[in-house]
Amino acid sequence: MTLAIQQALQGLNQIVLGKPQQLKLTLACLIARGHLLIEDIPGVGKTTLALALAKVLGLKFQRVQFTSDLLPADILGVSIYEQASGAFRFHPGPIFAQLVLADEVNRASPKTQSALLEAMEERQVTAEGETRVLPEPFFVIATQNPSHQIGTFPLPESQLDRFLMRISLGYPSAEAERALLMERERRDLLAETVPALTPAQLLDLQEQAKAVRTSPALLDYLVALIQSTRNHQGLRQGLSPRAGLSLRRAAQAWALIEGRSGVIPEDVQAVFAAVVNHRLVAASEREAGAPTAEDILARVAIP
Amino acid sequence: MSDYLTQTTLLRLLAVLLLVLGPHLTRLPAWESLLLLTVIGWRALIALRQWRLPAPWLRSLIALACFAAVYANFRSISGMTAGTALLSVMAVLKLLEMRARRDVMVVVLLMYFILVTHFLFSQELWTVLYLLGSAIAITALLMDCNHAGEALPLRMLLRAGGVMVLRALPLMLVFFVLFPRIPGPLWSLPTDAGGGRTGLSENMSPGDIASLMESDEVAFRVRFLDRVPAPGERYWRGPVFDRFDGRGWKPSGLTVPRPPVIEGSGAPLHYELTLEPQGTRWLLALDMPDPTALPPDSALVGDGLLIAPRPIEQRRIVQASAYTRYVLSPTLGGRELAQALQLPPGYNPRTRELAAQWRAQGLDDAAIVQKALQMFRRENFSYTLQPPRLARDSVDDFLFNTRAGFCEHYAGSFTFLMRAANIPARVVTGYQGGEKNEVGDYYVVRQYDAHAWSEVWLQGRGWVRIDPTAAVAPERVEHGVASALTLATGLPGFFAHRNGARLSLTMRWDWVNAKWNAWVLAYGPELQADFLRNFGIEDVGTMIAVMTVLITLATGVVSLLMLRQFMSVQPHDPALRLWRRALRRLQKLGLEQQPPEGPRDFAERVTRERPELGSAMQRLLSAYLRLRYLDGGHAPEAEREMLAATRALRR
Repeated sequence: MTLAIQQALQGLNQIVLGKPQQLKLTLACLIARGHLLIEDIPGVGKTTLALALAKVLGLKFQRVQFTSDLLPADILGVSIYEQASGAFRFHPGPIFAQLVLADEVNRASPKTQSALLEAMEERQVTAEGETRVLPEPFFVIATQNPSHQIGTFPLPESQLDRFLMRISLGYPSAEAERALLMERERRDLLAETVPALTPAQLLDLQEQAKAVRTSPALLDYLVALIQSTRNHQGLRQGLSPRAGLSLRRAAQAWALIEGRSGVIPEDVQAVFAAVVNHRLVAASEREAGAPTAEDILARVAIP
Repeated sequence: MSDYLTQTTLLRLLAVLLLVLGPHLTRLPAWESLLLLTVIGWRALIALRQWRLPAPWLRSLIALACFAAVYANFRSISGMTAGTALLSVMAVLKLLEMRARRDVMVVVLLMYFILVTHFLFSQELWTVLYLLGSAIAITALLMDCNHAGEALPLRMLLRAGGVMVLRALPLMLVFFVLFPRIPGPLWSLPTDAGGGRTGLSENMSPGDIASLMESDEVAFRVRFLDRVPAPGERYWRGPVFDRFDGRGWKPSGLTVPRPPVIEGSGAPLHYELTLEPQGTRWLLALDMPDPTALPPDSALVGDGLLIAPRPIEQRRIVQASAYTRYVLSPTLGGRELAQALQLPPGYNPRTRELAAQWRAQGLDDAAIVQKALQMFRRENFSYTLQPPRLARDSVDDFLFNTRAGFCEHYAGSFTFLMRAANIPARVVTGYQGGEKNEVGDYYVVRQYDAHAWSEVWLQGRGWVRIDPTAAVAPERVEHGVASALTLATGLPGFFAHRNGARLSLTMRWDWVNAKWNAWVLAYGPELQADFLRNFGIEDVGTMIAVMTVLITLATGVVSLLMLRQFMSVQPHDPALRLWRRALRRLQKLGLEQQPPEGPRDFAERVTRERPELGSAMQRLLSAYLRLRYLDGGHAPEAEREMLAATRALRR
């Protein structure tokens, strides 16, 4: 199985250049049955990443470009009266896919955002009194531009919690940039990429991740980390129990990718920033004083 | 309101400043005390009414004016009082430019400094208690000032401050005991606090000793080591006057510096006298000092007075011995004889007449003395604090008209009478009696025990002490001055309530003070050396070495105790124990796990930095991870593997 994961990572790395850590996190997020928020400026390869993931993992892909006039029905689907049958028939929206890219999610109204987030959480859609289960595996990658742009509705803190991880890609290094410019179009490369995993294998991996051992010593470490966010002076809010569970799931997925049967502290450290940063609420408005995940890691000794 | 200090904290700061300055307010000139209070009040109004602080030029002007005023007042800016005055006024003026946290800190630290200056003026027990209390208040204030936001509750601050000061006490004691003592006063400051001391004076005119009755200050305390002399033997010798100028008695200045001949009989009496500083040289020894066993740093002069080479400015312990039965100066030199008979011409004709009359009766010297004492006893003489004013011929007036007086009247007129009868005589002042402290088994002699008596020189008996007051009021000598005076004569208030519980409380307090003097204030270089000798420390060098070792040990123990809080006790998890053992070994090799660094990252770093340790490190790591994270349960072979890998970790 490790081999398949390695191949998948390799495939991704060929398309998104110079971002192995982010790609690994993305895969871990997927294996941990979480959703991913990518926060970044336009044009650094968010869409490409989503497309590559869909291709490599062989997932059915849908993309929704969020705009200010997007309605919940545009995502979830709508029932239309059909003359031929004389009945209403449900036309599923783009959410009914295995990998959904919600592009620029902060441009839509809060109502539409919350429709998406509810579907993400419940993994089902209720429309016209009928509940429809979303396909498995189901994975949402939402992208968000840095929120200080005009005409945007940044996701509220309570909803950020629905994303297992938040990452940003950032500019590529000079070396990766050069390779990017030299090689062919990414879209063309994508077309040639072969899937490394089947959806069934992915589901299997998700099951295996749940079984990765978290020893008492490791749980002590997790507890210490979570506790330290709760009594940190620079934080208004620490990590919730849900965040703690998410941290454990993410670390298990990471350990699985690393090919380990149990989680070690380094696995927790590897996913910590991505899982935690968007859940910490700084005590003061000023950016400078707010502690980051790195600060917290540095404070807490491994028991 | 200012952002650096809340109004509450600022008002607290002013209150603590008042507390710290309090005792100085009574010592400083009145204008300055008033100025300090005004500025503090002004600052409080600035805070309460949101006024503006004075402009910089005005502040500078005020500061310069105050500096000039202090200089004008004291003609100096150094010295004990002037320095304190300057420090106080500048600390208070700092309030007017307190506009940032930094200024607040300056004021708070100045308060600590002002607090110490109180020791320059008083080192009594209550001063120490007051200083401790003030230190707690300042420390509490310091915490409040350092705390951002709302003022903290007072009770909490004071408790925390108290705990901090109490924690410092052991260190204070160590320094007190071990810090090298400097002989003499610590600050060689001009002793400008000499004025206004009560005590015996350099000459005696009627009313001088009566004025001492107003004071219940302790003159000295005394502990008798073998036998307590009877009250009638407890005469403590002060200045001796042998010159009468018609009005008062003075020393002639002709006293021979060499010691007089003293022939004691019986066993000498040993005692220890703790003398309060009075700025004079006399040591107030019990009559008559044993000339063969004088206390160190003292001398006996011709009139039997024991003196110190310099005025006594610090409390002094005198260990001396005395003969209560003695012959002083069995022979008298011509000059001494002449001085002992000196009388100014043209004064007190009636007294001279009386003396001549007695002489004419053919009485010898001793008989004339008895005759005079009989006169005092039989005629209508009274002992009072408020004698009527005397005319120019004061002795005549006293002996024949008023017949009411205090000890100096009796001693003075008796001496005059003796001289008029051609008997060598002189006036001796000093203290008589003393009150026993039942708690501490010692005697307290206070200023109101001051006394004056006479000495006459009789052939073959030397100088003989004659106390004419004892003839008039024997209870003065037997039971002290309070019982000799009736209430009608207007005794000072402190005599009025000398009964039961109050008396016992006074005695206890005096006993506490005596112990304080003996153990704390008297702890000078000699006592320190004695004390340290018990521990085999002979000189200052050794002491500093011992102190260094002790302090290092103390800080070491404290650090260890603090470290224990950070280091958990020996872990139960065998894997962790083995891992820590390996870490200690690696530490010796210069490799240390940095706190957030996980075991794998650490192992990788070790491998990178010391490739020769790589394989052992990998074995150690994989066994450790297996034991602690990957597999559950007990795995003896993995533990053995860790041990083996640890042993393999070597250069």
